[in-house]
Amino acid sequence: MPEAIELVGENNDKKFVAGGTNLIDLLKYFITSADTLVDINKIEGAAYHEIHEHHGGLRLGAFARNADTAYHPLVEKQYPLLSKAILAGASAQIRNMATNGGNLLQRTRCYYFYDANAPCNKREPGSGCSAIPGYNRIMAILGTSEQCIAVFPSDMCIALAALEAVVNIAGPVGERQVSFADFHRLPGNTPHLDNNLQQGELITSIDLPEKGFAENYSYLKLRDRHSYAFALVSVATGLELEGEVMREARIVLGGVAHKPWRVRDAEVFLMDKKANEKNFAAAAEIVLEGAQGYRFNGFKIELAKRAIVRNCMMALHPEQSQLPGARP
Amino acid sequence: MNPKLHTISLTINQQTYHLKVLPWVSLLDALREYLHLSGSKKGCDHGQCGACTILCDGKRILSCLSLAVMKDGSEITTIEGIAQEGQLHPLQKAFIEHDAFQCGYCTPGQICSAIGMLQEAKAHTREEVKELMSGNLCRCGANVGIIDAIMEVKEGGKGE
Repeated sequence: MPEAIELVGENNDKKFVAGGTNLIDLLKYFITSADTLVDINKIEGAAYHEIHEHHGGLRLGAFARNADTAYHPLVEKQYPLLSKAILAGASAQIRNMATNGGNLLQRTRCYYFYDANAPCNKREPGSGCSAIPGYNRIMAILGTSEQCIAVFPSDMCIALAALEAVVNIAGPVGERQVSFADFHRLPGNTPHLDNNLQQGELITSIDLPEKGFAENYSYLKLRDRHSYAFALVSVATGLELEGEVMREARIVLGGVAHKPWRVRDAEVFLMDKKANEKNFAAAAEIVLEGAQGYRFNGFKIELAKRAIVRNCMMALHPEQSQLPGARP
Repeated sequence: MNPKLHTISLTINQQTYHLKVLPWVSLLDALREYLHLSGSKKGCDHGQCGACTILCDGKRILSCLSLAVMKDGSEITTIEGIAQEGQLHPLQKAFIEHDAFQCGYCTPGQICSAIGMLQEAKAHTREEVKELMSGNLCRCGANVGIIDAIMEVKEGGKGE
């Protein structure tokens, strides 16, 4: 581990590679570049590659594959929300290759970010944003800035945000932990920065706290295709119920912002209220406060509100609603 | 920048090959261009179509997004290695019987992916099979036949 960190150093031309499912793609399109790749799959250490109980919760090795994580018995049992979210993303082949750490670091799939000839403030600060005046169907409606309306496309991270995961990081200046809510950034004036990982740092593991909402959870992904497509809107819900009444609620949106979108006020609103459509609809209004549509994605605002209500209702009966092919 | 050739060994369809490759050569290109195993197809080269699916250390992966140098020492099965001693694999037979290909370009990837999927043993219903095969696109529209073929092999317990 220390050798790997030293090899990459402070120089942006040297990068870590794990699964490679996003990095190799970006290199092929010349969206990013590197003169050296450091293959971190070879780093020894069970904590990086495996999944173990950790203080009543779970420690997910950063180099463990997304597929192995989704199907791990401890994840399926205690954090089925995470399992479903992972399985909603990408394809089976990609999930077999992709790592947990890499999933957090994947870059936006904004068409213009991926087009080396299009002005893009994320690739080149100050060059302009082609998406705002362009075809922006898949772009953000929340937390945007005048410089960038890119969406963070991960499904796994929506669940990790709902579960309040903690990210463990190692780097040139040592080890540190970052709460999930603080890991990814909003574009603001710094659209070139997706997250708060510093150059040369490496995610080593992701800790899940004890609470997994295994009894009442749902992940709903709405997209233009039935499978193998990014979310237009996705919702992760976890509920803790006492009879009809919610003692705790977690609601996080994907497909709508530069980071997983969680509004605590909506969750606080739902506490000690009955789990019904009326209350979920009111919560949805709070989650979508401040939403701004662009020319081709205004539909996402209403869609997200309805998706929240639908997903929260689905969370009441996960044994039915989470089956593959179940109509949402 | 001084790119250097890396010497790697790949065991493909039970035969070991030694190659010198530059670091950015994809596993797909190594198979097709260096080893002349052109059964695996380059549909999109960006991980979006699944035509390049092969089995690596028992798992189905996309060879277009894998670097050959990162697979040094791995055991790989490509479509060329699916038939055994001149006998078609049950899945290959089923693909013929169920009209599961038209142009045939997605087919090697479909078959390798299906074999990987059957080994994963996570797909139990037709709906689950469709979902877990969604990483393999077919532009000819042979999808129904593909799923029929896989279901036949799956039900027959011959998937291997």
